[in-house]
Amino acid sequence: MDFEYTDDQDSLREAARALLTKAYGDYGKRRAVTQADPGYSTETWSRLAELGGLGLPFSEEDGGAGAGWIEAAVVAQELGRVVAPEPYVVSVGLAGRLVADAGTAEQRAEVLGAIASGERLVAVAHDEPGRRWSPTAGDTKATQDGEGWTIEGVKEPVVQGGVADLFVVSAVLPEGGTGLFLVEGDASGVERESFPAADGGRVARVTFTAATAVPLGSAGENRTATIATALDTARILAANEAVGIMEVALRMTTEYLKSRKQFGVTLNTFQALTFRAADMYVSLELATSITQWATMVLEDGDAAAISAAARRVALQVSRAGRHIGQEAIQLHGGIGMTAEYAVGAYTTRLTTLDHLFGDGTYALGALADGVGGYDAVDPLS
Amino acid sequence: MQLQLSDEDREFRATMREFFTTKVPQEIRDKVAEGRELSKEDIVASQKALNDAGYAVPHWPVQYGGQDWTQLQRHIWNEEMQAASVPPPLAFNTSMIGPVLAQFGSDELKERFLAPTASLDIWWSQGFSEPDAGSDLASLRTRAVKDGDDWVVNGQKTWTTLGQYGDWIFTLVRTDPDVKKQAGISMLLIDMTLPGVEVRPIELIDGGHEVNEVWFTDVRVPGDMLVGEVNQGWTIAKFLLGNERVGVAPVGSTKRNLARAKRLAQESGLLSDPLYAARVAELENELLALELTALRVVANSAEGAPHPASSVLKLKGTVLQQAVSELLVDVAGPQSVGGDGWGARSTPTYLNLRKASIYGGSNEVQRQIIAKTILGL
Repeated sequence: MDFEYTDDQDSLREAARALLTKAYGDYGKRRAVTQADPGYSTETWSRLAELGGLGLPFSEEDGGAGAGWIEAAVVAQELGRVVAPEPYVVSVGLAGRLVADAGTAEQRAEVLGAIASGERLVAVAHDEPGRRWSPTAGDTKATQDGEGWTIEGVKEPVVQGGVADLFVVSAVLPEGGTGLFLVEGDASGVERESFPAADGGRVARVTFTAATAVPLGSAGENRTATIATALDTARILAANEAVGIMEVALRMTTEYLKSRKQFGVTLNTFQALTFRAADMYVSLELATSITQWATMVLEDGDAAAISAAARRVALQVSRAGRHIGQEAIQLHGGIGMTAEYAVGAYTTRLTTLDHLFGDGTYALGALADGVGGYDAVDPLS
Repeated sequence: MQLQLSDEDREFRATMREFFTTKVPQEIRDKVAEGRELSKEDIVASQKALNDAGYAVPHWPVQYGGQDWTQLQRHIWNEEMQAASVPPPLAFNTSMIGPVLAQFGSDELKERFLAPTASLDIWWSQGFSEPDAGSDLASLRTRAVKDGDDWVVNGQKTWTTLGQYGDWIFTLVRTDPDVKKQAGISMLLIDMTLPGVEVRPIELIDGGHEVNEVWFTDVRVPGDMLVGEVNQGWTIAKFLLGNERVGVAPVGSTKRNLARAKRLAQESGLLSDPLYAARVAELENELLALELTALRVVANSAEGAPHPASSVLKLKGTVLQQAVSELLVDVAGPQSVGGDGWGARSTPTYLNLRKASIYGGSNEVQRQIIAKTILGL
């Protein structure tokens, strides 16, 4: 039992922090980047690739760094600390995991290598209008056409779908079940409309009309379980990003309480406010503990253990993110409402992270369903 | 980062589990599991069983009966003890005065008191709080005046838990009224059978008699019953209260009680109500996060020094302890109003546990500590 990062992991954190502080340490730079398309910095993305940050969880034969998910989580935390708009969790965590788990050796080498080197941005086209975090596709259909396959349907929201070079698309198979496919961003029959997202990033509605698709892995296989594990992976990485965000949101809030004067004294003179900050710290500590645990489960565990840990971390971090995000704005007062002051961006990003892969209520529903099946929860068994 | 326990710690856990579930009398553990009141004899018998095996005071210095365990092993010891429904060793003896005597006591005091304190042959009471000195402990007014070799003590202590069983009481007394309030306090050990010591029960909202007032009227205490130096009492008290906060989140027993509430809700069919199932799931998750936080604290805390986050454990630990007792009253429903079954016992337990967020530094004091010492506010 050990919650400490290794020296290598600490060095990775330092390198990532240095890079990201240079990019976004001044919040004005982050704002400028999100105001222009594509809503993130391709330069920072390349730097992250050069650092090895984009290939951390992938094996070396697939072009990755051969590290692991704990290392990816370290980078996610650092991205959170400066509320960086780069699509790390969806590209590395979600798309990367899908390809790593479902792809052929050739596809893994090609796609994961391209993700790791920063050459290609890979987006996941899975969500569909009206659906909520299901591991299956709904109205998007895959059709076999001789040797080839085509996809028909609408995916939304697709994070960075407007500029993605490649899509991993989920679609209902002719025989039932949900398959996974690769579709080139510039393939015919792919239409995309990009929108600014609530958190400053970009999301797209991607319409596939008889778009040419290549099965990911062997053709016609039901990949529902693979998708579920990838969503769990993304949720745990997102929790790490959220922990980085919450830490800084709390720090910004305490700094503000110490410096801002009202009625002739600094705000930390008022116990009503300091007690609320103390409760934020309690939320942060509990969320950090469960996130570190879930990350270790992600690194070591089987799919069932990862699924259980993802639900638990989703619930705890959802609650903590809302508590800390809302209080951060409230304790800042009016300045917290402004776009030019950073704290609002932190809360905004927490809100979108909460809703990308399944929020607290969704996780609680799943946990409550199974609650009669065991005696007590033991993290060490 | 490493999720699993080491083989050594895993083996240690198995040893503890085996010991607690086989060597402490079953009828005592059943009482704890069912939330029934323990007698003095139960508490003494349980602690003696632990002490005979060397498990009553593992955190004491080795020469006085302690074990050279890691923080994690102490944590496992505590959790397994709670999980097995074993009454914890009497805190006044093992967490409070024992470590204080080992650290500050004269050789005579160590020789005389440490062994019977560990074995519970002496039952200690805590004489700190006074009617006007609760969270603001330094405001205490009980006075000790030197008269020849003796101290003459006058004043009143309150909230003296289980004082009706006490043989001795460790007290904070004012020995110099003319200096800054923290600087004029000393610690005295007082034999509760001395003339002028009177224990008066306080009845609480749960109907039980757990706390007392202790009155001192011209009590003559021999001079050698002073712990440490004159007017060093505040330093000693801070040492003692720092120890008190360690292991203050009763994760093991709260987990056991939640599992019990769940089992009872399942038996009555209540768990199929999604609202109850969600309440259980939410509490289980918070408890998991708390347990992991406790593990982080023990895994990362420097030897001996309380981790700054221990206030988080106290605060959240008592909130969850109370929430689980609240769940159990709700599960009992109308049966909680009265009778002789588990349902009827749930109400006094729920009411009794309101104390948890008040004692040991109220949760408001913990928020103050977090705000000041951790957040720098």
